[in-house]
Amino acid sequence: MSVLEIRGLQVSVDTENGSVEILKGVDLTIKSGETHAIMGPNGSGKSTLAYSIAGHPKYTITGGSVALDGADVLDMSVDERAKAGLFLAMQYPVEVPGVSVSNFLRTAATALRGEAPKLRTWVAEVKSAMEALNMDPAFATRNVNEGFSGGEKKRHEIMQLELLKPKMAILDETDSGLDVDALRIVSEGVNRAKANNDLGVLLITHYTRILKYIKPDFVHVFANGKIVEEGGPDLADKLEANGYADYVSK
Amino acid sequence: MSVLTTNYLTPTGREEAWRFTPLKRMRGLHDGSAIVGDRNSLVTKTGLPKGVSFSREALSPLAVSDDVIIERIRGEAFDVAHLSIDAHAEIREPIFLTRSAGALDTAELSRVRISLGSHAIATIIVENIGETLLAEDLEISLSPGSSLTFVSLQEFDAKSVYTARHHAVVDKDATFKSITVTVGGDVVRILPTVEFTAPGASAELLGVYFATTGQFFEHRMHVDHAVPNAKSRVNFKGALAGRDAHTVWIGDVLIRAVAEGTDTYELNRNLLLTDGARADSVPNLEIETGEIVGAGHASTTGRFDDEQLFYLMSRGITLENARRLVVRGFFNEIITEIGNEEVQERLMERIDGELERAGA
Ligand SMILES: Nc1ncnc2c1ncn2[C@@H]1O[C@H](COP(=O)(O)OP(=O)(O)OP(=O)(O)O)[C@@H](O)[C@H]1O
Ligand SMILES: [Mg+2]
Repeated sequence: MSVLEIRGLQVSVDTENGSVEILKGVDLTIKSGETHAIMGPNGSGKSTLAYSIAGHPKYTITGGSVALDGADVLDMSVDERAKAGLFLAMQYPVEVPGVSVSNFLRTAATALRGEAPKLRTWVAEVKSAMEALNMDPAFATRNVNEGFSGGEKKRHEIMQLELLKPKMAILDETDSGLDVDALRIVSEGVNRAKANNDLGVLLITHYTRILKYIKPDFVHVFANGKIVEEGGPDLADKLEANGYADYVSK
Repeated sequence: MSVLTTNYLTPTGREEAWRFTPLKRMRGLHDGSAIVGDRNSLVTKTGLPKGVSFSREALSPLAVSDDVIIERIRGEAFDVAHLSIDAHAEIREPIFLTRSAGALDTAELSRVRISLGSHAIATIIVENIGETLLAEDLEISLSPGSSLTFVSLQEFDAKSVYTARHHAVVDKDATFKSITVTVGGDVVRILPTVEFTAPGASAELLGVYFATTGQFFEHRMHVDHAVPNAKSRVNFKGALAGRDAHTVWIGDVLIRAVAEGTDTYELNRNLLLTDGARADSVPNLEIETGEIVGAGHASTTGRFDDEQLFYLMSRGITLENARRLVVRGFFNEIITEIGNEEVQERLMERIDGELERAGA
């Protein structure tokens, strides 16, 4: 049983006109097995929250805390956060020229498991993870995210989620850019990871579509750098009908 | 032993061709003060297949050179190490040449000829290793329809100085591909040059170099399109790490008035891994006719991409390993062109080691 606790998180970014505050005190607690959906208008700071938890160097933490099972996440390097059990499925996965998917996955698995996976079982493991997400085995020899379509990049993220078995996953708009079939396939991947590893999920999305497959326990409305309302699954339906006007005008 | 003659103009460092080179570190190769030893260090590494011969003989140069060191070599060294591939021979396994001896207190003046008969196909890998002071005039002649992959590996020890011209003369419908790798030595200066003598010829000059603390590596291309309908591609990738690591890439491509239908593109990309290193990159395209298929060049110099490092690290990979992956990935495109797993892995490990030593 793991707990990710975010308390009063304040984050700013450096711009040409000085530092700009993006997160203005975020409070959120996620436990193993729970799924929290975050919905909010463009530019409200959802990705900033995701990146800040993962440790992207662009963001400066100006206040608050993030703890995973009591350990100070903000004090850890990016790779230490992954080793502690955090995973970020990115809104825009990064291309890494010249590095093959299979080399990348094996290097990551070696780092996270503390030893190189046995070659024979590893090949089978990767193959079945790819098959489960309907990915052509040829992806293993391609360079990481290079020339992948938007949807292929998202499948690749969820394949990593299944292989690397984190405790907590932040999915930043994993559903954007997926066709109807891919949405179902990717959602099933997330649900398998939940079932197999008692994964806690922070799911950032603009659409209720994905919430039909991945059932949230909590829905949070994010606006202007913080959570402005919390509720159950029905809050998502309300947002879809009414938009964010009630929250941004305040 | 003899002292190099000084009939030729000694470079001062003000000449265009020498303006980047640290002459003081050339150990007298450039001004004739180096004592010439009698070494013929180039040897075959394994037995030669049928259709291939290697011998020392007197040969006159294939092409003129305006490089003073090449002129001196020709004035002093008459024996040429000659690797010859018979016409129509198709040699599947790479032919390895390596260095048997070296010294820093005396210089070796080396002349090498590689010749392919018509329609011959071969891959030749030259391993330049050890501690040596070496000046080399290497000429390659490709008869009509022949095809050569020429891999030149500068894996010298730290104090070596190597200055060379690798000149290919490419005849009708012949295909020349070179992969020049420079990862070792104190001063390495190579002139990969190509001239086409008949239409339908093509050349691909690929290269990688990785200079760390204090090393100077210069690659000075010259591609002469003197006939119609020839094609050339140049793609060199370099990385630098550590104080006073310095690389120079010059890409001179000349399309003469007669060279209608020319198709050429040259590219140089540099990765500056630490502060204190310097990469000079000078593409230079001279076009004397408008009737061409295409001509272009690009040159970029960048640093580690933070987004790439973040992505890799977010999967648990340490910063050190993430950098290693990115650098390997950067070079991978060209290293895999060698087509020999053992050599490729050896080079990648050398690159890992250089990266580690430079503390990048
Ligand atoms: N370097 C920067 N300079 C100025 N503003 C920035 C910079 N980086 C981020 N921002 C701003 O921070 C805000 C939050 O961005 P973020 O990507 O977190 O939004 P988001 O909620 O994920 O939006 P979306 O739904 O469009 O993905 C935006 O207004 C963005 O323009
Ligand atoms: Mg976003």
